[in-house]
Amino acid sequence: MIWIDNISKSYGERLALDSVSIQVDENEIFGLIGPDGAGKTSLFRILCSLIVPDSGKARIGNLDVVKDYRKIRKIIGYMPGRFSLYQDLTVEENLEFFATIFGTSIKENYDLIRDIYIHIEPFKNRKAGELSGGMKQKLALSCALIHRPEVLILDEPTTGVDAVSRKEFWEMLSRIREEGITIMVSTPYMDEAQLCDRVAFLQNGKLLTINTPEGIIQAYPKDILSIQSDNLYGVLMDVRNYPLVHSSLLFGHEVHYTEKGKSINQYQLKEYLKRKGHANVEMNLMKPGIEDSFLELMKE
Amino acid sequence: MHAKHIVVRGLTKKFGDFTAIDQLNFDVFSGEIFGFLGANGAGKTTAIKILCGLSYPSSGEVNVAGFDVYTQTEQLKMNIGYMSQKFSLYEDMTIYENIRFYGGIYGLGRKELHAKSEQLIRKFGLVNERNSLIADIPQGWKQKIAFSIAILHDPKIIFLDEPTGGVDPITRRQFWELIYEVSGNGITVFVTTHYMDEAEYCHRVSIMDEGKIVAIDTPNNLKSSFGAANMDEVFVKIARGAEK
Repeated sequence: MIWIDNISKSYGERLALDSVSIQVDENEIFGLIGPDGAGKTSLFRILCSLIVPDSGKARIGNLDVVKDYRKIRKIIGYMPGRFSLYQDLTVEENLEFFATIFGTSIKENYDLIRDIYIHIEPFKNRKAGELSGGMKQKLALSCALIHRPEVLILDEPTTGVDAVSRKEFWEMLSRIREEGITIMVSTPYMDEAQLCDRVAFLQNGKLLTINTPEGIIQAYPKDILSIQSDNLYGVLMDVRNYPLVHSSLLFGHEVHYTEKGKSINQYQLKEYLKRKGHANVEMNLMKPGIEDSFLELMKE
Repeated sequence: MHAKHIVVRGLTKKFGDFTAIDQLNFDVFSGEIFGFLGANGAGKTTAIKILCGLSYPSSGEVNVAGFDVYTQTEQLKMNIGYMSQKFSLYEDMTIYENIRFYGGIYGLGRKELHAKSEQLIRKFGLVNERNSLIADIPQGWKQKIAFSIAILHDPKIIFLDEPTGGVDPITRRQFWELIYEVSGNGITVFVTTHYMDEAEYCHRVSIMDEGKIVAIDTPNNLKSSFGAANMDEVFVKIARGAEK
């Protein structure tokens, strides 16, 4: 459904996208994962025909994002990272505005947005600028969907959103997908990668990998050990100076640890930590997560 | 027993008929890393503004760094630091200019400012980059510099409002190591975050819902009392439970 072929984009001397190629299948939820400055927004703006790439090509369906920009804009729904609706129009006015622009009406596509819009409908006479963050997000999504696009492009829809609202948002996305819409979504949250069919990791404009979440985890090259202790920070500092250490990273209440070789000599590590005064540590081999994989790829 | 750096009793703030925060009671101790969690709209920002002396309570007693939030807001502000992801460094000023500017605002004397600026620049190995514009340096550096500037005036407490939003996972971890370092030096850290793994790094966390603190304890105690494997589950259980 989406073909991105060798796209590069620079702003002055800064290379924002460096020969990025991605193909997104029809009806897929495709995640673009990467920190601020990775190039996610630039790529989305190119797909939405808002900026032109320096080199490379991109198509949505059969439409070229540069040549066919008028047609492209009719078949995509775009929710930018920054709230971009009219703050001084009411909820209903905003929705009506976007419906009219696309030559449709709220009534015609109401069934598509019903599940989302129903949460904000009680406030339909409130100005958009006076909504809470979560409600703004739902309104923006409704407006992006009101013309029943074939492709929905969402730029960091969950940044700054609390853990519960984030979960609800992803539940909404899977319902939208059931309507036959292809979704491309970016996020800085690694745990959300798990909820996509496939993901691309982007860093400094370069593609690190594309795979299914499960495929990314399976490609993790090493055994990984979870270490728990009541003095976690102390353990972390001492493990860093251990000769065999490859990586040691804080993960909530545990340290994830790998060694230079593929496998880990737990006994030797335990003895080392004992000598450093950490008698009470618990170690367990564990399955790596998406974030472990991303951190390892960043390291390479 | 550590000294109390923040004392909050019966703190309430109303906007018209709307009660944004309702009877908060908690203490934060010297050197503690205190996580202040809650869903969007739960009242966190309102509470932080009061703790930073930017807004008055409707009722209740609040003492921060030894100062009263009704009568001593100026002294209070001199004894706290504040940093957020949104409000941070001036992009069109250099590293060095940013340090001098904020140091000046926090009232450091000329000699002290000079010494501290040099110290900070050396600590991060930025001697050759001191005249780089903030706009031109990597996100990770910005983060560390913004944090270091917020504690340049040796505050008793640093308020970090979603300091790591949108930051890559390596930088996020390096940032938390800085937090541990300053907490080890006795500075109290008051931090909000939407990353639940970061909640695990705190000594204690409070969780707000609809203007009230509904849970406050160490991450381990919260996990066991809610029968949850991690803080994400605790958070979801509280927020979803409160909807009913």
